[in-house]
Amino acid sequence: MVRNILALTGSGVRDWLIQRVTALLILAYVITLVTYVVQHAPLTYAAWHQFFACHVVKIVTTLILLSVVWHAWIGMWTVFTDYIKPRMLRRVLTVSVIIYLFYNLVWGLDLVWSI
Amino acid sequence: MSNTGRIIHITVYRFDPDQDSKPYPATYEVDASHCRGVMLLDALEYIKSHLDETLSFRRSCNEGVCGSDGMNINGKNGLACITPLASLPDKVTLRSLPSFPIIRDLIVDMTRFYKQYERADPYLQNTGDAPAKERLQSPEERSKLDGLYECILCACCTSACPSYWWNPDKFMGPAALLWVARFLADSRDNYENERLEALQDAFSLYRCRSVMNCADVCPKGLNPAKAIADVRHRMLDEST
Amino acid sequence: MTIVNETYDVIIVGGGGAGQRAALETASSGANVALISKVFPTRSHTVSAQGGINAALGNIDKGDSWECHMFDTIRGSDYLGDQDSIEYMCSQASRTVIELEHMGMPFSRNEDGTIYQRAFGGQTLDFGKGGQAHRTCPAADRTGHAMLHTLFQQNVKAKTRFFHEWFAIDLLKSGPQKVSGILAMCLETGELRVFHAKAVVLATGGAGRIYASTTNAYSCTGDGLGMVYRAGFPLQDMEMWQFHPTGVAGVGCLITEGARGEGGILRNSEGERYMERYAPIQKDLACRDVVSRSSALEMKAGRGCGPRGDYMHLDLTHLPQETLQERLPGISDLARTFANVDVSKEPIPVVPTCHYMMGGIPTNKYGQVLTQDKLGKDTFVEGLYAAGECACVSVHGANRLGANSLLEIVVFGRAVGHHINDHIGDIAHEKNAEFDASLEKALGRVGFWRQGGGGESIDEVIQDMKKIMQEDFGVFRDGKNMQEGLAKLDVVRRRLAHASISDKSLAFNTRLVSAFELENMMAVAYTTAMAALARKESRGAHSRVDFPDRDDKNWHKHSLAFEGDRASTRAVNMQPNHVDPFPLQEREH
Repeated sequence: MVRNILALTGSGVRDWLIQRVTALLILAYVITLVTYVVQHAPLTYAAWHQFFACHVVKIVTTLILLSVVWHAWIGMWTVFTDYIKPRMLRRVLTVSVIIYLFYNLVWGLDLVWSI
Repeated sequence: MSNTGRIIHITVYRFDPDQDSKPYPATYEVDASHCRGVMLLDALEYIKSHLDETLSFRRSCNEGVCGSDGMNINGKNGLACITPLASLPDKVTLRSLPSFPIIRDLIVDMTRFYKQYERADPYLQNTGDAPAKERLQSPEERSKLDGLYECILCACCTSACPSYWWNPDKFMGPAALLWVARFLADSRDNYENERLEALQDAFSLYRCRSVMNCADVCPKGLNPAKAIADVRHRMLDEST
Repeated sequence: MTIVNETYDVIIVGGGGAGQRAALETASSGANVALISKVFPTRSHTVSAQGGINAALGNIDKGDSWECHMFDTIRGSDYLGDQDSIEYMCSQASRTVIELEHMGMPFSRNEDGTIYQRAFGGQTLDFGKGGQAHRTCPAADRTGHAMLHTLFQQNVKAKTRFFHEWFAIDLLKSGPQKVSGILAMCLETGELRVFHAKAVVLATGGAGRIYASTTNAYSCTGDGLGMVYRAGFPLQDMEMWQFHPTGVAGVGCLITEGARGEGGILRNSEGERYMERYAPIQKDLACRDVVSRSSALEMKAGRGCGPRGDYMHLDLTHLPQETLQERLPGISDLARTFANVDVSKEPIPVVPTCHYMMGGIPTNKYGQVLTQDKLGKDTFVEGLYAAGECACVSVHGANRLGANSLLEIVVFGRAVGHHINDHIGDIAHEKNAEFDASLEKALGRVGFWRQGGGGESIDEVIQDMKKIMQEDFGVFRDGKNMQEGLAKLDVVRRRLAHASISDKSLAFNTRLVSAFELENMMAVAYTTAMAALARKESRGAHSRVDFPDRDDKNWHKHSLAFEGDRASTRAVNMQPNHVDPFPLQEREH
């Protein structure tokens, strides 16, 4: 089968594994954040700022931003190849999603590392 | 539910390629006690013999092992010959297997389904020299084939699979993948690498989303979704 | 409508075990082969076989031998089987099973990893003196399914050319005793096509659908037999129909003899194990003809089960749960689905049910179809072969042993292929005036159904035929009833000549197929009736109330039936090649 160049890796097992690993990472990150917020309620801007000023949090958040991009890329590509049958439309949508994801990635990085 | 004197209204979506542009419903009134047997297929035979001889469907063994009479019964795929009328309500709607091109009435074109089956390389492959006697296989090794080899190629599972609906040309579908699993599980086959290699792409195997419709409808009680998961684990084990 | 012509070296009609094995063999020699089947190959009736395939592998009984298997088969046939053919089949059995195993067939296994073997009816060690043999190699109770799929898989691998869902209508002859092709119809489009071939192999299976109650699939309509009959060649031993003792009462579907092989017991309404009375040695595993007759006698004597006393009980409740799960999972399912019975708690209602046609198209052990010249001498039909249930080689004679049919289809499917490979070079394609004439005749049959109208529905005809066969040509037969039955059947046969179908469409016209099938079934039914009336003795499955004994002096011979109600006979072969002939004996049970 011709390799699909708009897929993240094009390898079934690699996409499958990445999607599951990133899902777990994102889940763990969200749980951590929620736990932090609950423990520090009522949360102040200062505490939140201090939390994200921590180097480890910045690195982990960066990894999670990347995970979101990969996860969403695989997921949206799958959804489009399932439901969007006109090829041109599918190409445009997939490329748009990829650009949008990178736009968000850069924005997120800018936010996290400017603290 | 007893079939004595019971009237069942069976609606069949009819289609003759020489006359119709799309399927249309036709309803038949069948007295269940007039049928020769107690299964849905007996009611269809009754319709064909007494009400409308142009109604067309496939059937052969009459006992759920040849896989000819797969159809969509009140929204769920199954074999007419082992679906008791007593298990059905008084109004029954029959359609041909979803997502397969219709040839006529309940008869579908299964060409693509068979092609996907052939893609599974559904035959034992062994590079070794065959011994003069049988290849030995312990009862435990043999039992790994149970739940895999009994497939009758009726296509009920594949036709019920959303992933197959959207990508029938690329996703092999649960039936073909069940056959992949059957040969991977056979201790006498040593082509595991080649078999997995052929499923590397993002569609053939990996488009399965574990919707589980396949296991839900299989008239033989098999579980293709589990077989697919097993193949994935093998793939993961081999590639990491 | 113009008709497309295609040319092959070999055309095989039928996608069951015999046809598929023949396809593998002929294709392996590089011949140009096509297999035509009216159903997708894995839907052929081989798929329904349950119990197993016989071969004296000796995995359980170390002293077993193919000669013992041969003796049992001959004795089981009530000495009507041809000993050279039976010798060939039994001597090839082990290699056949090993070959299937190597192809990937999922046989059940012993602890040591060898193929498991179970007890089956009529099988003994040491030529009847050594007790019950374990010779039947199963894949649980789905042996036919496992075999048919395995053979199909090998054909997928070999890239065999299949024409599936094409219906073979008639043989095309280029001489009085030469076949050079067939006319067939594509079911999907209704297109007619001529297939020219140097060799035509008929592997069209049985015809149990001529009876009202049968274990056979809807597709078992004797199509090859009808084609041969219309071509003027004979059918052999058509009176010999096996009634399986354990068809599910009122439904017909089969419960394997393996159920008794694993320890199941037949009981009457008093709970008695009645087979101990009829067959003190072999009991429930006596030959099928014996068990079926015993059940019928029990019911006649008022010891049948149920409110009307019209079935017997097959009791599996004493079997261990593992046996039911590992060895008999399929019949546990069937009993639940069709009889609403949990086999671990209740007995299954069973009744003798038409199961197998021992007769068929006469062939020698190479599968070459035989006919007779005017002087009654055997001659070959050039270019025509038959294998499997449609053929009468004859390895089953008057009664088939369980699990010999799966063996037969593979052994003779391969034998046919083998003979074709050796001789295809000597045969030429032929198309002459006679060929055109037989094509005209075949097209006339198509036209009759496609254009005709206003006649009686074929349904009435089918039902009346089945009823007559069931009532007058069943387990017990009587001259007077058969005489009347034959007369009634003659009337029904004439009605068929004026029947019609109202479905005139081209696309997948299953009604048209049924009409063709009915013509084939009528040939089978009528020859059955004729031959049954003619054979004035009881032998194997043919049991006459008015002639209760075997008559070797007058009837140790095959019966032949031709179109035009002509009958003849052939001698039974008593000359095996490598062992001494087995002389006629009384059968003990």
